[in-house]
Amino acid sequence: MGIESPTASSYIKHHLQNLTYGQHPDGTWGLAHDAKEAADMGFWAIHVDTMAISIALGFLFLWLFRKAAKKISADTPSGLQNFVELMVEFVDGSVKETFHGKSKVIAPLALTIFVWVFLMNFMDLIPVDFLPATAQWIGVTLFGADPHHVYFKFVPTTDINATLGMSLSVFVLIVFYSIKVKGISGFVGELTLQPFGKWMIPFNLLLEGVGLLAKPVSLALRLFGNLYAGELIFILIAILPWGVQWALSVPWAIFHILIIVLQAFIFMMLTIVYLSMAHENH
Amino acid sequence: MNLNLTLLGQAISFAIFVWFCMKYVWPPVIAALEERSKKIADGLEAANRASRDLELAQEQASQILRESKENAAEIIEQANKRANQMVDEAKEQVIADGKRLREAAQAEIEQDVMRAKEALRAQVSVLAFAGAEKILGATIDEKAHSEIVEQLAKEL
Repeated sequence: MGIESPTASSYIKHHLQNLTYGQHPDGTWGLAHDAKEAADMGFWAIHVDTMAISIALGFLFLWLFRKAAKKISADTPSGLQNFVELMVEFVDGSVKETFHGKSKVIAPLALTIFVWVFLMNFMDLIPVDFLPATAQWIGVTLFGADPHHVYFKFVPTTDINATLGMSLSVFVLIVFYSIKVKGISGFVGELTLQPFGKWMIPFNLLLEGVGLLAKPVSLALRLFGNLYAGELIFILIAILPWGVQWALSVPWAIFHILIIVLQAFIFMMLTIVYLSMAHENH
Repeated sequence: MNLNLTLLGQAISFAIFVWFCMKYVWPPVIAALEERSKKIADGLEAANRASRDLELAQEQASQILRESKENAAEIIEQANKRANQMVDEAKEQVIADGKRLREAAQAEIEQDVMRAKEALRAQVSVLAFAGAEKILGATIDEKAHSEIVEQLAKEL
């Protein structure tokens, strides 16, 4: 549990709060000390924990893969190269199965999504207090902060900003490719002239617009919801007496291994599907 | 649960990661994978070609073997024929030689017999004369009776 045995509800709230940096309403810049201060910062604030962990994991991914890619050879592979080839072949196979156009972006994009999202999800398997407690210790000893004010939510994909950031990037690509392949008129026509023909343009636009916008929203919310719920259950288990925690957290963690891979895969697969839909004319 | 700048930060880092992956990770790995699959395809093709070559070579070898067998059989047959011929010739030669030798021997024997007869005849007349002289106790005129004696000797 936390440092000074807080109540269950404050413990949960503490774990679900990001470490937020932004401008206070009084004009000074700094870290938010509680959830209300963080909310008051509005849009111009940043979740330091989400950014730090996700960027660190992104670098880990690229460093590993770049390391293997630099000394890759067509001869007998071994070790890291095997793993990297496995991932690349898996992603390449998935892309080729679904996407039939020609694009240099989609396959690397899918690989990045899969591995990065997987790594971010994987943070979920780290016991819920390890990193927050470490962060608290660092905050208290190095910066003299009040332990209750040091927040650290270490699973980036349980932050809606992270998932929505990715899904909106995918959305931009969807729009970009739709316009690139079909032209502006083609894209607009697709949004307005179907399914009911030109006499129902407003209705068509509403229908297709919702369909288009639902893609990034559902993409972001699916990942966020699964991981947020999973993390919440880990936190709830962590409130129980320590002697019985393992009896619940171990099965849940094992089950969660499936979920984190599956969610990473679904995010990747849906991105490929959406982008291949953007490439096709109806 | 606040939407804030993190959204943009995530989108930007995502874009940078994708760009880096696209530029420095994906191409070398895919190139290596393609190179390997090409190598494997080449290897399989080479193996196919080699087995085809092997088949061809075996066929050639068996044909050469067959031809040489035929040649050998022909040569053996010729040799056999020649050998038979030689044996026949040798036999004929031997028979002819034997015949010739036998004839020569016969002729010589006959000659010897004749010669012996001649000698006997000459001896007989002398013996007859000597016998007659003993019987008669007197010399006989050799000239007067030689005709009778020679006639006698001829009858022997």
